[in-house]
Amino acid sequence: MYSQVIDEQPVSSDELNAQEALFQEKIDNDIKIEPRDWMPDGYRKTLIRQISQHAHSEIVGMLPEGKWLTRAPSLTRKSILLAKVQDEGGHGLYLYSAAETLGVTRDEMYLALHSGKAKYSSIFNYPTLTWADIGVIGWLVDGAAIMNQVPLQRCSYGPYARAMVRICKEESFHQRQGFEMLITLCKGKPVQKAMAQDALNRWWWPSLMMFGPPDADSVHSAQSMRWKIKMNGNDELRQKFVDVCVPQAELLGLTIPDNKIIWNEEWQQHDFGEVNWDEFYNVLKGNGVCNRERLKARVDAWEDGAWVRDAAKAYAVKRQRSSSL
Amino acid sequence: MNNNIEELSLSLFMGDNNLILSHRLSEWTGHAPVLEEELALANVALDLLGQARMWLEYAAEISEDYKTADDLAYKREIWEFRNVALVEQPNGHFGDTIVRQFYYDNWHKLILEHLYQSENERIAGIAEKSLKEVRYHLERSAQWTVLLGDGTEESHNKLQTSVNHFWPYALELCNTNTANSGFDDDLASLSRQTWIDSLSNIIAEATLQLPETEFSYSGGREGIHTEHLSLILAEMQCLPRAYPGTQW
Ligand SMILES: [Fe+2]
Ligand SMILES: [Fe+2]
Repeated sequence: MYSQVIDEQPVSSDELNAQEALFQEKIDNDIKIEPRDWMPDGYRKTLIRQISQHAHSEIVGMLPEGKWLTRAPSLTRKSILLAKVQDEGGHGLYLYSAAETLGVTRDEMYLALHSGKAKYSSIFNYPTLTWADIGVIGWLVDGAAIMNQVPLQRCSYGPYARAMVRICKEESFHQRQGFEMLITLCKGKPVQKAMAQDALNRWWWPSLMMFGPPDADSVHSAQSMRWKIKMNGNDELRQKFVDVCVPQAELLGLTIPDNKIIWNEEWQQHDFGEVNWDEFYNVLKGNGVCNRERLKARVDAWEDGAWVRDAAKAYAVKRQRSSSL
Repeated sequence: MNNNIEELSLSLFMGDNNLILSHRLSEWTGHAPVLEEELALANVALDLLGQARMWLEYAAEISEDYKTADDLAYKREIWEFRNVALVEQPNGHFGDTIVRQFYYDNWHKLILEHLYQSENERIAGIAEKSLKEVRYHLERSAQWTVLLGDGTEESHNKLQTSVNHFWPYALELCNTNTANSGFDDDLASLSRQTWIDSLSNIIAEATLQLPETEFSYSGGREGIHTEHLSLILAEMQCLPRAYPGTQW
């Protein structure tokens, strides 16, 4: 990181403009930006915010699904879920590492999460109430994540783009597993199908919110798109998601809880109802069903683990001393 | 009368220990002190679950009462479970979990090395597959035992308390004094002393001390458990019990 500190010595505005122009040219020509390359401060900050938020979402996302590990109804389902939740933790790791290349430490990112300064996806503040939620999360939440993340495999920042390639492969596996689980439920007893319908009713709208507010209200979009760290508009991706999910729900024999969904022949896409953005902003503010619980779980894990991390440091120091003797 | 009573008893003992310990370890998900450790714990939980399935599938084949590994996991009553009390004990803090695991991994490796030489190919096969994983589990729990034992004063004291606390539960693993266990020969070869010897290097490196108390819990293999198991089973079996005969 030292080279970047030197780069950030005061430069004249002409020089800066020239550097920025060169930077933008690289991006326009799809040349990846790597950690040691010069980058504008805003690019660095925006990326740190975006990647760490994504990492936090993976980690917090382990909590709602983790709750069902001990209640999974078969040994096969239990293995699948355990492996899935472990994958999500792995995604968190890749993403924290990608963010670290921008000159922020993992501990700093954790502290930002714990203080409420950094956000994570609003979806994980909803509760998992039945086993069917695990299937619906795989289908819709991992599905929406894929929709958001596949384009980011082409984003301008090298480490982030490469992390996305690895993550997307696993997410699509999760999505298929979730859907397969729902097929089993929907073909099963009436009560299983009712469970699946109830889960869809609760998760549908929050899943649509995962794409973020309407483009018109999206604060950082334009600059991020110029920098190619955001590749598509929120509304465009949301539309794509609805179009993919409608036939899937039909296949399952489930009803999406939106009576405005209808095929629009002219636009060759589905019309759908208005998302309740008040709810979205409320959850972002911390007023979702599980916000406090999720954050507390992370803070507790951090605080309860302090003595372990201290011991690891102390032990490393002792080892270093004895090996340098 | 079942001709394979010894094999059945052995595979239930191995399967249940792994299944219940895996359950406990999976409870750490989202709560571990370091992200890397969280993934490692989930990994051990996943390995043990896989091993439990192999043992329980074998048990189901020779059992006259249960047809599948899932039946054994989800339909048995508490008194039919054969695991030791150690694996039922709550996770406690991270050091508690490490010590419980260190005791278990040492025993697990020793018993698998023995079972690997079994004339029963099925048993030898499961042992061989498991052994690869368990060697790694032991490496990890031993490392953490040393690190926490020889870390700070606080971590040292915490670990010593954990070492003392789990001792009588862990001794049950080597308890050959129980009737009708079905494979006393196997267990007898793994005496208490062999197991204690296997611990001593790491415990010394960790600057910890093993307790001298002789008292050992017993009864797991006859289906007598601590209260914790009833809660574990209530949680684990809730769906199959609420909706009998359902495919998931
Ligand atoms: Fe993920
Ligand atoms: Fe996922």
